[in-house]
Amino acid sequence: MDEHTESPGRRRMLKAAAAAGILQATGPFIISARGEQPIKIGLNDPLTGTYAELGKNEQIGCEYAIEQINAKGGILGRQVQLLVEDSTSADTGAAVQKARKLIDRDKVDFLLGNVNSAMAVALGQVSNERRIYHVVTGGHTDAVTGSDCHWNVFRVCNTTRMETNSVSKTLFSKYGKKWYFITPDYAFGHTLQEGFEAALKQYGGTEVGADLVPLGATDFSSYLIKAQAAKPDVIIFLQAGQDMINALKQAVQFGLDKRFHIAGAQQELEVLDGLSPNARIGTWVFEWYWNQPNVPHVAEFVAGIRKRNNGKVPTARHWFGYVAAWTCALVANQAKTLDAVKLAKATENFKLPPEVALMPGETFYRAGDHQLMPTLYVGHAQEKGSAPEDLFHVDELVKGVDAALPVSETGCHMKWS
Amino acid sequence: MKALAGRYVDLAIWLGLATLPYWIGAAGGYTSLGTRVVVMALAATALNFLLGFTGVLSFGHAAYFGLGAYGAGMTIKYLVPSTGLGILVGVAAGTAAAAIVGALIARLRGVYFAMVTIAFGQVFYFIAFRWNAVTGGDDGLSGWRRLPIDLGFGSIDILGNDQAFYYLTLAGFAVAVAVMAALLRSPFGRSLLAIRENERRARFLGIPVEQHIWLSFVVSCFFVSLAGALYALLNNFADPHDLRWDQSGDFVIMAVLGGMRTFWGPLVGAAIFVVLQDYLSTLTDNWMSLIGVFFILVVMFFPRGVLGMLRRRKATS
Amino acid sequence: MTQLFLFNVFNGLIIGAFYALMALGLSLILNLSGVINFAHGGFLAVGGYLAYTLMPFIGFWGALAVAPLLTALIGLLVEFVLIRRLYGRDPLYSLLLTFGLAFILEDGTRYIWGAATVPFDIPDWMTTALSDQFFFLTGYRLFMVLLVFAAVAALFLLLNKTRLGLRIRAGSGDLETVSALGVNVRVLRNLNFGLGIYMAGLAGVLAAGMLGLQPTIGSALIMPSFIAIIVGGLGSLPGTLLGGLLIGVASGVVTVFFPSASEAVIYVMMGVVLLVRPRGLLGEEGRVQ
Repeated sequence: MDEHTESPGRRRMLKAAAAAGILQATGPFIISARGEQPIKIGLNDPLTGTYAELGKNEQIGCEYAIEQINAKGGILGRQVQLLVEDSTSADTGAAVQKARKLIDRDKVDFLLGNVNSAMAVALGQVSNERRIYHVVTGGHTDAVTGSDCHWNVFRVCNTTRMETNSVSKTLFSKYGKKWYFITPDYAFGHTLQEGFEAALKQYGGTEVGADLVPLGATDFSSYLIKAQAAKPDVIIFLQAGQDMINALKQAVQFGLDKRFHIAGAQQELEVLDGLSPNARIGTWVFEWYWNQPNVPHVAEFVAGIRKRNNGKVPTARHWFGYVAAWTCALVANQAKTLDAVKLAKATENFKLPPEVALMPGETFYRAGDHQLMPTLYVGHAQEKGSAPEDLFHVDELVKGVDAALPVSETGCHMKWS
Repeated sequence: MKALAGRYVDLAIWLGLATLPYWIGAAGGYTSLGTRVVVMALAATALNFLLGFTGVLSFGHAAYFGLGAYGAGMTIKYLVPSTGLGILVGVAAGTAAAAIVGALIARLRGVYFAMVTIAFGQVFYFIAFRWNAVTGGDDGLSGWRRLPIDLGFGSIDILGNDQAFYYLTLAGFAVAVAVMAALLRSPFGRSLLAIRENERRARFLGIPVEQHIWLSFVVSCFFVSLAGALYALLNNFADPHDLRWDQSGDFVIMAVLGGMRTFWGPLVGAAIFVVLQDYLSTLTDNWMSLIGVFFILVVMFFPRGVLGMLRRRKATS
Repeated sequence: MTQLFLFNVFNGLIIGAFYALMALGLSLILNLSGVINFAHGGFLAVGGYLAYTLMPFIGFWGALAVAPLLTALIGLLVEFVLIRRLYGRDPLYSLLLTFGLAFILEDGTRYIWGAATVPFDIPDWMTTALSDQFFFLTGYRLFMVLLVFAAVAALFLLLNKTRLGLRIRAGSGDLETVSALGVNVRVLRNLNFGLGIYMAGLAGVLAAGMLGLQPTIGSALIMPSFIAIIVGGLGSLPGTLLGGLLIGVASGVVTVFFPSASEAVIYVMMGVVLLVRPRGLLGEEGRVQ
């Protein structure tokens, strides 16, 4: 990721007409010269710290979407401009400040973000306060479309329950009914474990043990020692990001993968990419995968992202950013308005067209909790695939609607105002 | 003459702060940026009470800042939906913790004091980060917001109205700096300066040094907690980062940057630091390097801070 | 249960040895120069990344030998250009300097190597368990702990048997006298800083084999090292070693009974030590005041 090749200002105008080369000479201000203000979309995502890579990938997805949107005539005939702000990875106060900057100073029409769960919730409060249409890209905590849901907030990435429900049946029938959980000790981990426990109960399996591991733990050996002593069929890792890398790296060094089945819920290409080939193990859920030869438009998307991603394939994060930006454009153009309430109403049960959904099946925003209902990809990590970047093998597709909790159980009580 | 000039500076500062919401937009800022500057200035001024006027380096003040934030947030979320009570509880929580920790560490000095304050700061960070059920853990404390302040005869809407909240913060800042200035002019404040200048001599003069340092630490943390409570209300959110050691470092750099031997230094430092960070982090992904270089430049070339330098130049000319 | 307990004690020793390696580097610099090196975690990351870059050319062993040396070289340079200007001034300034340096190192590694975690391959034989019974003793962990002890032994030999070491130790006690005796204090501090950073670099290479290598890898490891120093006793290197091992074992043991307190226990230990014995377990009398 050589950022130094980029232009110094991140606030680049993404101009469709630039492709024609005309604007290149006259500069971006031709838009205002026509007396027309561009539509502004603000992306608030971590570009520094632990989540920098994920945030950057979402940004690339957004930029690609906006280039396409402008090429197709923009939003309500106006060009679209993306403003990007670094939320940092840990300082939620800074993230909130940047959201206010985007809304109060830059007067954005749409807000996108964030990777970090805490920030996704906090930004939801700000956007709600300011009545700005907001699409959460990749913050997974259930609260976003659960207890902290808002009329103006929609989310692209999945809830934890959707992830556990999609994979638990396969795990149970294929790999055994005694499970051991290694769970990161925060909301995301807790709700994942609860989801799996509900499934275990339903299928009549047993939980032979569970450990809450501090978030950000570096050493997993103590937990691995306990897990192997409990002799489970499946050891379930519920970590994310760097914690997952540390856990899997150490599990493989201990040889646990040779004696137990390793599995979990959410897995990301960024994680598998950071592991040595021998540590790419286990059964997981992907939220989107690039290698879908039979799904239309995917190849084109992959090629488009490769061009702006140092030749690397898109990850689910690119897709989150891409879908989030496109959602704003599609809904606004269909409802022919920029009014947040009308936009939000129009987004309920809105179906993504195949060239944006980039996945089989129907993809839509559920009305009651504003959660996207996509398709989930259950499969296993692989040492070697059909291509050097093919690190995951999709075994089964699961519909989001079938995996999600009914709206009445999400804890979301939508208040319109 | 000198006193008169000081009056003019004071007046200019208060005038600038009082009219801030009316000019910050034209200057390319936004109201909540101004609020953030004032909150950070309050925290840095409070830290400087200990750092600049007692000569004791705490690198863990974010802990009390964060306790103020969580105290306010948790009161409003769990106990009573009252902004005023939230602030009170936040300040009480931060001050109580400081009183206990201060008693443990008042005997340590210099770099060791700094190190132990870092470690204790991390204890509170750790609690906020890990006690999921109560603090929300890594997800932060959400699901609450600041509420209109009921004055009996009417209420001030500080939630919907950013300006109203700015002025509430400014009022908090004004009261705090007035109290700190008065304390520094009192015999207690003189004793603190004596400790800063020469601890051994102060001891010979019969000043109970440990008690004074302890009390200075507690006073400093009292106002830092107030800043923290206001910060939580500004964001309608509290999160563990408020307590982390890098937040403590930010307070210290603000004080040093503005001039830690001057009373208004931390305000100037906070304004420069907050605005610079806000500006740079929009400009480039690599803003951290620029901030790092900035730290080094300040330490190398402006150890007295902006105001310290100005004052010196005036003295020599 | 006893078996599980013993496992975790051993395991805690391994982790503790690693904390100690980092903490000793910090402690060396703190004792002689009075500088709290916040950038230690940043240097650790640099060590790991240098090894990652060198490995395709000179292999794991070559990288293990060279990367820490290169890191130390950067450390020498940083001391020469920046830190030495702050000796004798309020410790506040060196603290802020290393704080800023930590920012630059994190951002710099991200700029050069990217934000993504990079895979760091260690030799295959090291990644396998030695036996089924003691499966947690992988070749790598055993190697790590042996290397840490070798490094610590070498450090103590250096400090006790060489002139440089004697001077560092004497200087940590009373710098003025050492200086008056004709020792070049500037060179001494420079070398000492490099030695501390060498240990950070070594820790970085070792950590990269066990953890995901990314720019923030050091930030999770620096706080336990601080606590190791406080628990062991400020100013005492054997104390730092003891402190590191103790907190490692304590968190290992607590994991057996109450896993979610495995981190809390090290803070509790620190609190107890400060209450009962403010100068730390092996700290010298009067040093902290």
